[in-house]
Amino acid sequence: MQARKKYVLLGLCTCCWLLLYYWGGLQDRLLGLITHRRGEVARPWPDWLDRVLLPDYADQAELQHGGGPGESPRQRQQTWAGIYKDSHCRMDTCFDFARCQGQSGFRVYVYPTEKGEQVSESYRKILTSVAESRYYTSDPREACLFVLGIDTLDRDQLSSQFVPNVDERIRGYPLWNDGRNHVIFNLYSGTWPNYTEDLGFNVGQAILAKASLNTEHFRPGFDISIPLFSKDHPQKGGERGWLVRNTVPPQRKYLLMFKGKRYLTGIGSDTRNALHHIHNGKDIVSLTTCRHGKDWEKHKDARCDHDNQEYERFDYQELLHNSTFCLVPRGRRLGSFRFLESLQAACIPVLLSNGWELPFSDVIQWNQAVIEGDERLLLQVPSTVRAVGSDRVLALRQRTQMLWEAYFSTVDKIVLTTLEIIKDRVYSHVSRNKLMWNALPGGLLVLPEYSTHLAHYPFYYLNLGISPGQEFTAVIHATSPLVSQSQPIMKLLQVVSKSKYCSQIIILWNSEKPPPHRSKWPPMPVPLTVTDGRRKTSSRFLPHAAIETDAVLSLDEDTVLLTNEINFAFHVWRSFPERIAGYPPRSHFWDPVKRAWGYTSKWTNEYSIVLTGAAFYHRYYHHLFSHYLPPSLRALVDRTLNCDDILMNFLVSAVTHLPPIKVAQRKQYKEMPALQGSKAPWANPEHFTQRQECVNTFASWFGYMPLVHSQFRLDPVLFKDHVSVFRKKYKDLERV
Amino acid sequence: MCTSGKYSSRGPALIPRMKTKHRIYYITLFSVVLLGLIATGMFQFWPHSIESSAEWSLDRRSVHDAPLVRIPVSSPIPERGDLSCRMHTCFDVYRCGYNPKNKIKVYIYPLQRFVDDVGVPISSTGLSREYNDLLSAISDSDFYTDDVSRACLFIPSIDVLNQNSLRIRETAQALAMLPRWDKGMNHLLFNMLPGGPPDYNTALDVPRDRALLAGGGFSTWTYRQGYDVSIPVYSPLSAEVDLPERQPGPRRYFILSTQTAIHREYRVELERLKEENGEAVLLLDKCTNLSQGLASIRKRCYKSQVYDYPQILQESSFCVVLRGARLGQATLSDVLQAGCVPVIMADSYILPFSEVLDWKRASVVIPEEKLPEMYTILKSIPHRQVEEMQRQARWFWEAYFSSMKAIGMTTLQIINDRIYPYAARTYEEWNNPPIVKWSSVNSPLFLPLIPPRLPGFTAVVLTYDRIESLFRVITEISKVPSLAKLLVVWNNQNKSPPEESLWPKVAVPLKVVRTKENKLSNRFFPFDEIETEAVLAIDDDIIMLTSDELQFGYEVWREFPDRLVGYPGRLHLWDHEMGKWKYESEWTNEVSMVLTGAAFYHKYFNYLYTYKMPGDIKNWVDAHMNCEDIAMNFLVANITGKAPIKVTPRKKFKCPECTAIDGLSLDQTHMVERSECINKFASVFGTMPLKVVEHRADPVLYKDDFPEKLKSFPNIGSL
Repeated sequence: MQARKKYVLLGLCTCCWLLLYYWGGLQDRLLGLITHRRGEVARPWPDWLDRVLLPDYADQAELQHGGGPGESPRQRQQTWAGIYKDSHCRMDTCFDFARCQGQSGFRVYVYPTEKGEQVSESYRKILTSVAESRYYTSDPREACLFVLGIDTLDRDQLSSQFVPNVDERIRGYPLWNDGRNHVIFNLYSGTWPNYTEDLGFNVGQAILAKASLNTEHFRPGFDISIPLFSKDHPQKGGERGWLVRNTVPPQRKYLLMFKGKRYLTGIGSDTRNALHHIHNGKDIVSLTTCRHGKDWEKHKDARCDHDNQEYERFDYQELLHNSTFCLVPRGRRLGSFRFLESLQAACIPVLLSNGWELPFSDVIQWNQAVIEGDERLLLQVPSTVRAVGSDRVLALRQRTQMLWEAYFSTVDKIVLTTLEIIKDRVYSHVSRNKLMWNALPGGLLVLPEYSTHLAHYPFYYLNLGISPGQEFTAVIHATSPLVSQSQPIMKLLQVVSKSKYCSQIIILWNSEKPPPHRSKWPPMPVPLTVTDGRRKTSSRFLPHAAIETDAVLSLDEDTVLLTNEINFAFHVWRSFPERIAGYPPRSHFWDPVKRAWGYTSKWTNEYSIVLTGAAFYHRYYHHLFSHYLPPSLRALVDRTLNCDDILMNFLVSAVTHLPPIKVAQRKQYKEMPALQGSKAPWANPEHFTQRQECVNTFASWFGYMPLVHSQFRLDPVLFKDHVSVFRKKYKDLERV
Repeated sequence: MCTSGKYSSRGPALIPRMKTKHRIYYITLFSVVLLGLIATGMFQFWPHSIESSAEWSLDRRSVHDAPLVRIPVSSPIPERGDLSCRMHTCFDVYRCGYNPKNKIKVYIYPLQRFVDDVGVPISSTGLSREYNDLLSAISDSDFYTDDVSRACLFIPSIDVLNQNSLRIRETAQALAMLPRWDKGMNHLLFNMLPGGPPDYNTALDVPRDRALLAGGGFSTWTYRQGYDVSIPVYSPLSAEVDLPERQPGPRRYFILSTQTAIHREYRVELERLKEENGEAVLLLDKCTNLSQGLASIRKRCYKSQVYDYPQILQESSFCVVLRGARLGQATLSDVLQAGCVPVIMADSYILPFSEVLDWKRASVVIPEEKLPEMYTILKSIPHRQVEEMQRQARWFWEAYFSSMKAIGMTTLQIINDRIYPYAARTYEEWNNPPIVKWSSVNSPLFLPLIPPRLPGFTAVVLTYDRIESLFRVITEISKVPSLAKLLVVWNNQNKSPPEESLWPKVAVPLKVVRTKENKLSNRFFPFDEIETEAVLAIDDDIIMLTSDELQFGYEVWREFPDRLVGYPGRLHLWDHEMGKWKYESEWTNEVSMVLTGAAFYHKYFNYLYTYKMPGDIKNWVDAHMNCEDIAMNFLVANITGKAPIKVTPRKKFKCPECTAIDGLSLDQTHMVERSECINKFASVFGTMPLKVVEHRADPVLYKDDFPEKLKSFPNIGSL
């Protein structure tokens, strides 16, 4: 009985308590309801009765006056130059624009390396990249930008690659000018235990291109954050991203992973010491080891042994391949190798590095490729990444690959991106916008000198919701003198001009004889221009100002085509404006015996080249051909009078990562040479050997083989179908 | 305790003693409970009574009724803003926390009128109309919370939009008196006119500890990147004058300057430009001969000629926005509103919302030094680009400049994007005007990939009860080298699939999925059993496709993993007489759809079809038992902006004698329904996404005079 009473009483009390509690809540809500009805709780900023009587925040006249004309601009410039130096540097105050306004434009000079100078592998690569870039000059007088010959990559005094006395040496340089217009590359700064941003010498007014830059020390719009890369990072070519397919659902075996060192003491240890908390051994694998450095056992804590054991259970590469997200926590410094590794592995980086100015943050929109976490919120990371939807994972992952291939896969790209960012600042009114930097194919392949207008490029049609123009310009490459009216070129002119999409014809005159008089050419329904190619083969891809249409139809003088074939190919090109679409297919292959690339013109089941003797492509490729490719390759083309078409195919495939498009059945696009006095250069066996060599030379410049094979061609829908010919739009294509 | 235990074990004899003991026990218990209750009550009502009184005070309707707060002379002054502040050092993220909506909570302090020791207000204007609009817009938005304890961002009701009307020291003291100030952590101040004569600082001079500043007219030296927000200088003129949007295109003038306070040195340069280029350049100034008055701010003059401002801005392609003593100019807002492309010459100026807006697409930024070259620089911009910039400029104004609400919301969204970067708005969302957003395409499979041939594809066969034909299809498909798995979707609920032993023997795994309802959509369900990227959707009566044709189709799909790659091609046409879309199944020269009776596509589209199909299309398809293939074509074309690929000449699929129009599709009413589908879907999508092309994919050596043995795909049927 007693016990029961006790329980009853206790129960009653609890009930009372609960009731009161809820009643309280209820009352609270009631109160809320009443106040809602009465006025301002839902909309707590009142709708003042005298709203209309409120004063303007500023007098209109004052606003238009804009604070008055202010001080003299010239004076201001001088004052600025005096105040805003060193850590306050900006392009306006610390950069000499006048140096870049010369005839030669943006030129970069590299100081010669002194004899016996120790230069690290990575710095040697950087210098090579600059020297091989199209901006290099050996004449310091025409240079706009200077790169030191002294290795400044590793400024850790304890490192073996540390170069002493930099300060004295650079001050001895006559061109140093307190660092104006200099770029200083650096990967490591500061040393144990604090790893400060100090480089150990006075940078002055030089632009810092530095890894692990801290937002606080970063001079916005002036310094450039670069990624940390290892000494094995390739000079050019570079591995492609690891993503080969978009699996659905996109989640991989592990959700999140980390495998790396744990610092027991010192800077960066806070973050890394906490990482084990999120490890669950199932979908989140966060492994740390204490075993690094000489005296780790001295600082060893209770977790170490267990952690070290767990650490050995997983393989880093396997995790990298099989994880959706990869943690990229700060190390001693803000940036780590993990960043590029996970970017390449299409493992979406989850950054835990507060204050890190992300690589090339000026131009890259990182929030579309990585998850920017906060060191303070480590424990939220699992729920954050779990909440990322499949669509977003798919998008983030593809973007990691896009960025990796556009800006990070080689030292060349990292250095060029740095230079291009500076160049964009110097010529700010002829620079890339953010879309150009962040959409395929990436900023390095978009040359703003060509145009700053997005619609002028072959890459952004879908982005802008527009389609390529309805007209094309035909460019006919003529090498033989005009002697008779029955020459193939005359027939070709007729055929081309009959196409309703043709807006003009340009004849590129590359013959030994001067171009014939205007009257020699037949009358045309479209404008006909004859330009002098100065007998250079590469001139066929010069960005002629006369070409105003998006599409270019490139033709050889002896090309044989039907008007309908031209029309059909043009239709196809409009569906694939970033590729080459045309008739004569060729192929490349790897010859394991010669250990070299081979080239074949035989009929095969696949092709990777479409010759530009009869092909459509976007006019922007003319500009890329003439300005993006190095002069050495164009010189090769001019010297051999050959391979221009192969080079164009290399270029376009390198930009798109896709094969060209073979249109319809025609493969033989020229008349077979008549037996007597065949002069066609391509009938010459030497011509063919040359082309083999070309393929290998080009591949070595690109650093990889950009050509891609394709197994299909595009025919008209009713091609050779057993349908009445009257129903066929392109019936004459079948007779070819 | 020990003794009591003993007693109780002895039994009833000791009850009376026990009772007293129990009484004490109960009394203590009761008092504890009572105390608890009182404490709970206090806890429940106490804070609320305080808050509600604050709320009640808001109910007064006039600004002048706001409570007066006197600032003691000795009240502490905050420190000057710390230039090294960044989100990770000066902002308390813990207040924002993780939340599934990824939205920050913003609290607005109730209005108070601060006065100094002797009763003089800290600001000559008090609350301005603009700041009031801003605060009421925020309190109406999703960001707002009235719960201080849950807020992530605090906005003082002290109006600091215009520094000129402020008493700096007292304003700072007032800020520090705010109950949650806490060194300015997570506080946001809005300021449009910073600095004062003569040297005009580019950021608000009021000491403000760690508070974030949304400021108009930041220079690169005062702007804390990633912490502060650069905002425009609002132009009240935009609310007064309605400038209708003008079609982009060439305008009467090429360059126009309407600013009244341009430094002499620059005016000389501008006049030189005018001399060189004549009519194309129009250089306006204040009207000196007009009778002074309010109207003068709406007039501009060139010599004796009078122009209306801001209307005149619409007459020029480019409008000059030069810095004055201040970097931020209200003119910028007027210029954008007029759809004139601003030519901004203000070195070191951080453009409004530059963190998210791509100003290169809406303006021309020229270093002040290059003012003399302005004409040449502007002339080098292609016409079409100028038009696009005009449109972009107007859109920026509409979306981000037009009202205090727009400015406030944009600022909060930018801060929100920093705190929840994984839910941040994209470049396209910020920068594409609605018309471009509408027509532009951002394919979810945008990376150019040619997936490896392995692990092949999964064939998904939809069947009801045509077992014989189904088995034939399975046998045929199983010969395709790249087939990885067969999935039979058994759509008949009344009948069980045949026993395992009766099925044809195939080398790859064969799995039968029984569905709960006979729906066409079942064929597009993203079954877990589909482990490959590539799916071959095939009907159970498509028996004529050869193994070569199928393998070739797969190879083509690998080159177009983001498209439908299929065999039966169809077309949509505009019927001029009826004024609507029509479905065409005749053999035509064009293709805009491939039917999923035999087509390869990416598994991702299964997921899209099942979960992301717009409107009621999915239900419509299931109800009508028709058009699932058309719906799929719409879906893919809409999201990728690309046409499907018809592969090989094959047009007959069921038997050599059959006509092109087969099976289900024979029925006339069926065809009418399919036309209806196209019209229905086009209206749901709000556009016609299908793209028409004139090509199909054939093997490179198709119909070539070449030894058949050496062809990769010799067995390609001709019909």
